[in-house]
Amino acid sequence: MNQPVRVKTLKIDDRDVSGREDETILEIARQNGIFIPTLCNLQGLTPIGACRLCLVEIKGVSRLLPACVTRVEEGMEVYTQSERLQKYRRMVLELLFSERNHICSVCVVNGHCELQSMAQVLGMTHVSVPYRFPRLPVDASHERFVVDHNRCILCTRCVRVCDEIEGAHTWDVMGRGIDSRVITDLNQAWGESETCTSCGKCVNVCPTGALFEKGKPVSERLKKRQFLPYLTMMREERR
Amino acid sequence: MAHTVTIDPVTRIEGHAKITIQLDDQGIVRDARIHITQFRGFEKLCEGRRFSEMPALTARICGICPVSHLIASGKACDALLAVRIPETAEKLRRIFNLAQLVQSHALSFFHLSSPDFLLGMDADPAVRNIVGVIQANPQMARDGIRLRQIGQQMIEWLAGKRIHPSWIVPGGVAQPLSAEKREQMLASIPEGIDIAERAIEWFKTTLRQFSEEIQTFANFPSLFMGLVTETGALEHYDGVLRVVDSAGNVIADKLDPNDYQDYIGEAVEPWTYLKFPYYKPIGYPEGVYRVGPLARLNLVDRCGTPRADEAWSEFRTLERGAVLSSFHYHYARLVEILYGLERIQQLLNEPDILDTRVQAVAGPNRSEGIGVAEAPRGTLIHHYRIDKDGLITWANLIIATGHNNLAMNRGILQAAKHFVKGEQIQEGMLNRVEAVIRCFDPCLSCSTHAVGQMPLHIQLLSPTGEVLDEVRR
Repeated sequence: MNQPVRVKTLKIDDRDVSGREDETILEIARQNGIFIPTLCNLQGLTPIGACRLCLVEIKGVSRLLPACVTRVEEGMEVYTQSERLQKYRRMVLELLFSERNHICSVCVVNGHCELQSMAQVLGMTHVSVPYRFPRLPVDASHERFVVDHNRCILCTRCVRVCDEIEGAHTWDVMGRGIDSRVITDLNQAWGESETCTSCGKCVNVCPTGALFEKGKPVSERLKKRQFLPYLTMMREERR
Repeated sequence: MAHTVTIDPVTRIEGHAKITIQLDDQGIVRDARIHITQFRGFEKLCEGRRFSEMPALTARICGICPVSHLIASGKACDALLAVRIPETAEKLRRIFNLAQLVQSHALSFFHLSSPDFLLGMDADPAVRNIVGVIQANPQMARDGIRLRQIGQQMIEWLAGKRIHPSWIVPGGVAQPLSAEKREQMLASIPEGIDIAERAIEWFKTTLRQFSEEIQTFANFPSLFMGLVTETGALEHYDGVLRVVDSAGNVIADKLDPNDYQDYIGEAVEPWTYLKFPYYKPIGYPEGVYRVGPLARLNLVDRCGTPRADEAWSEFRTLERGAVLSSFHYHYARLVEILYGLERIQQLLNEPDILDTRVQAVAGPNRSEGIGVAEAPRGTLIHHYRIDKDGLITWANLIIATGHNNLAMNRGILQAAKHFVKGEQIQEGMLNRVEAVIRCFDPCLSCSTHAVGQMPLHIQLLSPTGEVLDEVRR
């Protein structure tokens, strides 16, 4: 028997809104046309609150909370656009840009990149911390795809889509902190992976040019994401 | 007392360079050198990248001639794929390369060098720039700007954008040409041809005023090298390499560009970041050769288009044998603009030019690939090696300006000896030394600086480093 749906009422940016108790602040904000920036989040995949771009202020809570994993509560007063948040979001982006080698001009997704467009939307004009310029490898051993760790922001969308949607769990993360890296199987070359089905879902959900398909020139790589809502919807219907 | 005169930076060129002129105790020029003061390191930073990124990566070497790098890199990548690209793709690439030639030559002649021709080598530097040209001869300034626009516009129509487009791909081009764009391109050509012919007529009448410069601007015997077609006509995209001597005799013909290492050596000098290529059979530094428009017109038996052939015949009567004065690079540039526009017109009228099959698809099949094409400034060589996954393990790029390095150095020494005298710096004499460099239209970096705005800094130094005289503009 279905549980009765409980509805919570709250305020986001002084607007009265409501949502189901199992929904997040981000979902309710989107339903009401309120923009909260995200990078690691992708509808259809489990939210993990990794990128910290969706941090919001909640009245009476001293910490900032990520909107993608914070459930709505009765009487909440949420603020999404304060000076402080905008500053922190730009800082998050600056750190992402400085951490690896994001050279937009020669990137395969130049013009179609979520990191790039987010920097534009949030008005990030400079990187105020020193670039790290790490030496990171490019793995082009797969027949169709390439992973360029220089452009990876560790959003783990690839890990989640491979595990939750494709069910292969080829991708995972190794290492800690700044040394973390996405890997295929047990850190083997992608082309030698025994679990990879070559479905390409990881490539299509990747927000940057870290994962891309061989054969198209720079700035010509469009990500095809339509599959994700369809697959999710069909699976939910079947359940 | 011995002195050194330094011209730093050299103005109205593309990139950053300085010139030093060494004077002996009598104030007579002993030596002169051009120092390329910037270091780029592209060959190194390409290592580890996938070969398919190379056209886009190397195009960033230059904002004036990204197309040339795209072409040479694209050809090197074709070699890695081991494919012959579709006929239409090759024709489209040719148009692309020629449109680049037109716009780059127009920039060199009208924007950068015409102030010297129109206003004189000794004119006040404050007006000796494109703005001065606009005031003195608005028609000529308009012509130059329009001609460059025609070339740039064609690049945009073909590739989507003017600077650093990503349309050249390993195996061909990314998109075919549309009928609409083809019509637009054809419509812009007659005006361009008129401008080119007008400029040639005008330039011929001014040559008389520059007889001293013609005599002394890198005017010496040297070899000339560049691509020609199998039948000896002008060629910018493919073909075979030919070398002629100063008398105009062909000393090597039908050289396979893929064997360039057999006949081109590269020497390194500690005082400049630009290497010195030389013709191996003769050795360093005697094997000095020149490339670029002057070299190409010296190499060929004909251009291959009617109007350009006429202009070429007249050009070749300037001197007996090969045309040796580098001052005539300017003239050669105008002839090539005319050729470029005529050839584009021919190619656009080819029946299969709108064909939609424009890319050969393949993976990396060979471990080594070489791409050679003629850039506006001369022969451009891209040479890559890749591993089994297609990642670059080694890259060698020989840029057109590099080939001319020996000739440029010899040329400024010749001009300095003739024009620079005594300890007092005169603006006009230094401008002539710079103008020698401008003849070669060297492309020293990925960008040009604003015309006439870079300060020129010249110092006259005593052997102890004491500043005796100083000029700034």
